[in-house]
Amino acid sequence: MKSTLVNMTAVLFGITLVASAGVGVVNMITEEPIALAKEAATKEALTQVLPEFDATAIEELTIDELPITVYTATKGDAVTGYAVQTMTKQGFNGVVRLMVGFTPEGEVVNVNVLEQAETPGLGTKMADEGNPLLGSIQGQKLEEKKLVDGKLAVTKDGGDVDALTAATISSRAYVDAVNRAWMAYKSVATGVTPADVATGATAAAQTNEPEAQKGGTNE
Amino acid sequence: MEISYFAIILGAIFVNNVVLAQFLGICPFLGVSSKVETSLGMGAAVTFVMALTALVAWPIQTYILEPLHIEYMQTIVFILVIAALVQMVEIILKKVSPSLYQALGIFLPLITTNCAVLGVAILMIQKEFTLLQSVVYSVSTALGFAVALVLFAGIRERLDFEDVPAALKGVPIALVTAGILAMAFMGFSGLV
Amino acid sequence: MNKLRIILSGIIRNNPTFVLVLGMCPTLGTTTSAENGMGMGLATTAVLIMSNLVISLIKNLIPDKVRIPAFIVVIASFVTIIQMLMQAFVPALYAALGVFIPLIVVNCIILGRAEAFASKNSPLDSILDGVGIGLGFTLSLTVIGAVREILGSGAIFGVSLGIADYTPLIFVLAPGAFLVLGYLMVLFNKLAKK
Repeated sequence: MKSTLVNMTAVLFGITLVASAGVGVVNMITEEPIALAKEAATKEALTQVLPEFDATAIEELTIDELPITVYTATKGDAVTGYAVQTMTKQGFNGVVRLMVGFTPEGEVVNVNVLEQAETPGLGTKMADEGNPLLGSIQGQKLEEKKLVDGKLAVTKDGGDVDALTAATISSRAYVDAVNRAWMAYKSVATGVTPADVATGATAAAQTNEPEAQKGGTNE
Repeated sequence: MEISYFAIILGAIFVNNVVLAQFLGICPFLGVSSKVETSLGMGAAVTFVMALTALVAWPIQTYILEPLHIEYMQTIVFILVIAALVQMVEIILKKVSPSLYQALGIFLPLITTNCAVLGVAILMIQKEFTLLQSVVYSVSTALGFAVALVLFAGIRERLDFEDVPAALKGVPIALVTAGILAMAFMGFSGLV
Repeated sequence: MNKLRIILSGIIRNNPTFVLVLGMCPTLGTTTSAENGMGMGLATTAVLIMSNLVISLIKNLIPDKVRIPAFIVVIASFVTIIQMLMQAFVPALYAALGVFIPLIVVNCIILGRAEAFASKNSPLDSILDGVGIGLGFTLSLTVIGAVREILGSGAIFGVSLGIADYTPLIFVLAPGAFLVLGYLMVLFNKLAKK
């Protein structure tokens, strides 16, 4: 077809209009399933990191300019635990989102990795069952761990959380997100403001954890 | 959490090299990298377009798509922005600096379909960078692209004189070379 | 033209990955496992079939000079639609493929087929071409993904083969992508020549 200014403009405009309309319609159709899928994922994560519960109350916090959500789980009138949706931007490939569950006493129930883009086979192991990161904190009170400046740290940085093999950066990101979850948990469960967390705990449980896992410092 | 510019720059050029670690812009990487000179031209053209893309795409995302809640139009809008930018750069260069146009001209049309440009535009939004961070990130990613391209071209220029097995000639040997180069770049990981 | 031959040509003689060497970014970037490679291949196939069909239908309405921009708009729309559908119905795969889903837009295969085939042939032939090339692409990506998954993580389609302790991780990482593709290409060339 010969090109004139009029038909070029008309055709391009027409195609763009039809295309946008089509995309808009599909967006309307998929909006609900997308929201449902996200909600289902959150619910699934909640049940994995919390003891039995039948209701959750949501509280939104901001720590270090990152949004954190705390779900207070209750069964009847009793609080059964706290689930904290936390994040960090210090992953090997940007954002890592975790769901960390605490008992009312502050023990870590479980950690669920909601979102990560780490290197397959290295950093992605943070989402595996029984990985060393989770193993280092599951079922324990975080203030009884070996803390560095009041925060959890990997063995390489003087703490006692075992890092993933050859994935130091991913491990640090994981610990960073857990630290933020811990602060959020404290502020919601005990009313201590996040800023106090750093100075609040001085317990330095002496442990004989093995040195940082061998195998390079990739990631 | 503040991400230092230094970390963004080092990360984008070496640690997460756009070609060798993120697999964006492979087509020009394999296609235009037979000579060091053309690689430099392509690298320069990509750097230029990427910086402009960041400057234009970021405000569009933040001030138009997000307030209107039509983030789903992102892909369509960004690719049109890139296509339009490439056209404009071509026209302006032709008028303003014919010599620069001579040098970069043939690479410009190829950039629209260079997935590194669209990829970086999408990634900078995903990483929730500010405008300045986005521009720094785009330019350093483009520099990383140029570094990989020039290094690779240097190797390939020498490879021309080597006796390569018939079955490996052409693309396969280029891919194997790229694999070894990627291995070398893995040495940068952990730097930031 | 023989209909079956259109499809077969896309899988072997015009195999987009091993012969035409197009669409390298997703080929290298998403083949960390057989499942991811296959998912990427199928998503691309869907976009390719739809865009081939539409472009073939409207080919006589488009003025020559704006051909490419018009094609890009059509392709980008279908990519966005696929992106939303995947997010809604296969969220896990959507998360695994990440930025490479919107990047289907700039996959040279799709624009290449629009330009080289769909803009010159009937809608039916264009669909068949999309199916053939798409299948060729999907097959290649699945094979590359499977080889990398077996060599790198000792599993196939997520099923562990019990050799994970002995497999070199490098094949799942970036260099492995280049190496596996390079050597598979050698193998394909050898076999195809016979």
